Amino acid sequence: MSLAPSSIAGELALRCTGLHRHLGQGEGRVHVLKGVSFEARRGQVYAIVGPSGCGKSTLLYLLGLLDQPDQGQIEINGKLMSNHDDVARTAARGEHIGFVFQFHFLMLEFTALENVMMPMRKLGRLPQAAMTARAHDLLEAVGLGTKTHRLGTQLSGGEQQRVAVARALANQPAILLADEPTGNLDAKNSGVVFDLLTRLAKEQGQAIVLVTHNAEIAQRCDFTRPMRDGLFI
Amino acid sequence: MSPNLRIAFRFLTAKKRAMFMSLSCTVLGVGLFIVTQATTSGFERFFTKTILGINGAVRIEDKIQDTMRSMAAAGASDSYFAQREGVKYIEGVEEALLIAEAVREFANVRGVSAVVRGNVQITSALKTEDAQIFGIKIEDHVRVSDLAEQITRGKLDDFRDSPSGALLGRVLADRLQLVVGDSFVLTSRGQSRRVHVAAIYETGYREVDKSNIYLQIGEARSLLRRPAGATFLQVSLFDPSRAPQDAAKMEQVLGHGAKPWQEREKTWLAVFRALRVSTMITVSVFTLIASLAMFNTLAMIVLEKTKDIAILRSMGYERRDITQIFLWQAGIVLAIGAMAGALLGAGVTWLVGQVPLPINGIFKTDRFIVTWDPNHYLAAIATAVVMVMVASLIPARRAARLEPGDIVRGTAQ
Ligand SMILES: Nc1ncnc2c1ncn2[C@@H]1O[C@H](COP(=O)(O)OP(=O)(O)OP(=O)(O)O)[C@@H](O)[C@H]1O
Ligand SMILES: [Mg+2]
Repeated sequence: MSLAPSSIAGELALRCTGLHRHLGQGEGRVHVLKGVSFEARRGQVYAIVGPSGCGKSTLLYLLGLLDQPDQGQIEINGKLMSNHDDVARTAARGEHIGFVFQFHFLMLEFTALENVMMPMRKLGRLPQAAMTARAHDLLEAVGLGTKTHRLGTQLSGGEQQRVAVARALANQPAILLADEPTGNLDAKNSGVVFDLLTRLAKEQGQAIVLVTHNAEIAQRCDFTRPMRDGLFI
Repeated sequence: MSPNLRIAFRFLTAKKRAMFMSLSCTVLGVGLFIVTQATTSGFERFFTKTILGINGAVRIEDKIQDTMRSMAAAGASDSYFAQREGVKYIEGVEEALLIAEAVREFANVRGVSAVVRGNVQITSALKTEDAQIFGIKIEDHVRVSDLAEQITRGKLDDFRDSPSGALLGRVLADRLQLVVGDSFVLTSRGQSRRVHVAAIYETGYREVDKSNIYLQIGEARSLLRRPAGATFLQVSLFDPSRAPQDAAKMEQVLGHGAKPWQEREKTWLAVFRALRVSTMITVSVFTLIASLAMFNTLAMIVLEKTKDIAILRSMGYERRDITQIFLWQAGIVLAIGAMAGALLGAGVTWLVGQVPLPINGIFKTDRFIVTWDPNHYLAAIATAVVMVMVASLIPARRAARLEPGDIVRGTAQ
C-alpha cells in the first residue's frame, strides 16, 4: 500500500453542520438528529459512542452520503455534497468514502476476494492484476489471507465483518465510516481490526470515524464523541 | 467482463428454478414461432408457386371502355356496357397480337401467351362432363406456366405435333376413364369435334385438374367459332411480387383490364395470412409467459438482493449500474433462450419437413412444406427480446430507485 504524503494529515476530510433528520411518517415521525455538527481530519480516528437508539447509525448514513439530511450541510474534502444530485454523491461515495455497515456486510454469492475487488472494479483505476494483488493484501491485513476464495456464506459473522472492513479500504478512501466494525469480533480480532484502522489513519492519512459500544476501543481513538438523543454532548 | 455483467451472472443463480422457467418459455416461444412461420409460409409460397404455374402472374382481359368519352358522346348514362366496379368493359382481347407485343416491352415481363377459352361438353365412351377448353400456342404457354413440368403421362411433343391432340387434367381423365391415346368428343354450341388425349397433366389444384382441357389455339378457334382475338393474355413476370404495379401500368397503357395474381387469389392469400397471424399470436403466448416469468423472477431477485443493492450503491455503483445489472440478467437469459430457441426451431422445422402429408386440393404435395427464411428467426428473436426486455424494465428500474438509506434502515418498499 502506498504511503500518502504526511502533509495531508490534519486536513479537513469531513465536516457537517446543523444536521437534522426525521424518520418515519405521520404519527410515528421521530426527530432523530437534532442539529448535529462534526468534523473529521485526515490521519485521525474518531469514536462516536452513545446509547442504543441515540442516532449514531443515522448520522453515519448521512456522513456516508447514503441518506439525505432534512436540514444541514455535509462537506467531503472541502466540497459541499449534501445538495448535490444522486450521481455526484454516488461518485463521491465510490472515490472518497469507505463504509462498513452495522449489519449485512457482504454480497454472499461472491467470494471474499470478489467482495473486496467490487469497489475497485467500479472505480476502474487499477489493472486486473493489481486489483487482485491489492485485495489479497487487504484480506491478509485483516487476518483472512487463507480464506480469500471462501464465499460470503462460508464465513463466520466476524470474518464477514473483517472482509467488509477490507472492502471499505479497497479504494483508499479519504474517509472511512464504520458502524461497529468490531461488534462481532473477539478481543483478539477486535485488536487486529482496530490496529489496522489506526495504522492506516497514520500511514495513509485517512480520517476514520467509528461507531462503537466498546469502551476500550473508544478510549484508544484520538477523539471520542459521546452522543445522546440526537445530539453530541 | 464488465463488473455489472459479472454481478448479473451471479445474481441469476440466486433464483435458478424461476430463471429456468423463463428460459424454457423463451426457448419454446422462439422455437415454435420459427416452426409455425416456416410451415405456414411454406404452404403459402408453395400455393403461390402452384397458382403462378397455372395462371401466370398477370392476366390481361377485357377492353376498358373509355367511359368519360362515351358518356360525353351519349350525353347521359348508358347501360349498354358491362359494368364492373364502375368501369365498363368490352369482352376479350381483340387485338391479341398487338397487345402481346406491347406487353413484351415491359421490363419485368418474361412471357406472354394468348388464350382462347370456352365452355364445352366432353364425352367419352363412358359419360359426359362439363369442362373448359383453353386454346393455346404451346411454345408461348410453357413460358407463362409450368405446364411442361406438370405432365404426368404422355409427352408434350405429341400435343405440339398433332393438331387433334389435347392435354387433359388428371382428375377429369380419371372421371372419364381416359388414358393417353384415347379419343373423345368435345361439343360446343352444337358443334362437335373428335380429339385424342396427347398427354395428362396434374397441377394439384383440383378445380383446374378436373375441368381445364388444353387444345391448340387453331382447334379451339374453330370449335368455338372465334376466328380472331383472344379471351385473355396470360403474362409471366421475372419478379411476380411486382405484379400489382405492373398490372396497373399495363391497364393504363393497354386500355385492357389487367389482374395481378395477388388480386385473383386474394381469398386464399387472405386465408394464409390469417393462418400465419393467428399461429403467430398463439405462439407468442409462450413469449408472453416468458416475459411474465422474467418480470416475476427479477422482482423476486430485487426483493432478495435489496441489501446487496445498498452495498453496491455505498461502493459507488450508480442507479444506472443497478438497472444494468438486472437488465443484463434478462439479457443473458434471452441470449441463451434465443440461441437454443433458434436451434430448436431449425431442428423441428427440419423434422416437420420430413413428415409425410399428402395434400391435393389447392396444390399437390406429399410432405409438409417448410421454408427456410432468416427473417423468421430474426422476427422470433426480436419478439422475444422486446417482450422480455419491456417486462424486465419495471423491476430493474424499481431496483435502481431504491434509496440506500431506506434499505439499510429496513424501510425500503
Ligand atoms: N424508520 C424509522 N421510523 C421511525 N423511527 C426510526 C426509524 N428508523 C430508526 N428510527 C429511530 O431512530 C433512532 C436512531 O436510530 P439509529 O439506528 O440511528 O440508532 P443507533 O444509535 O445506531 O442505535 P444502535 O446502537 O442500537 O445501533 C432510533 O430511536 C430508532 O428507533
Ligand atoms: Mg446503529
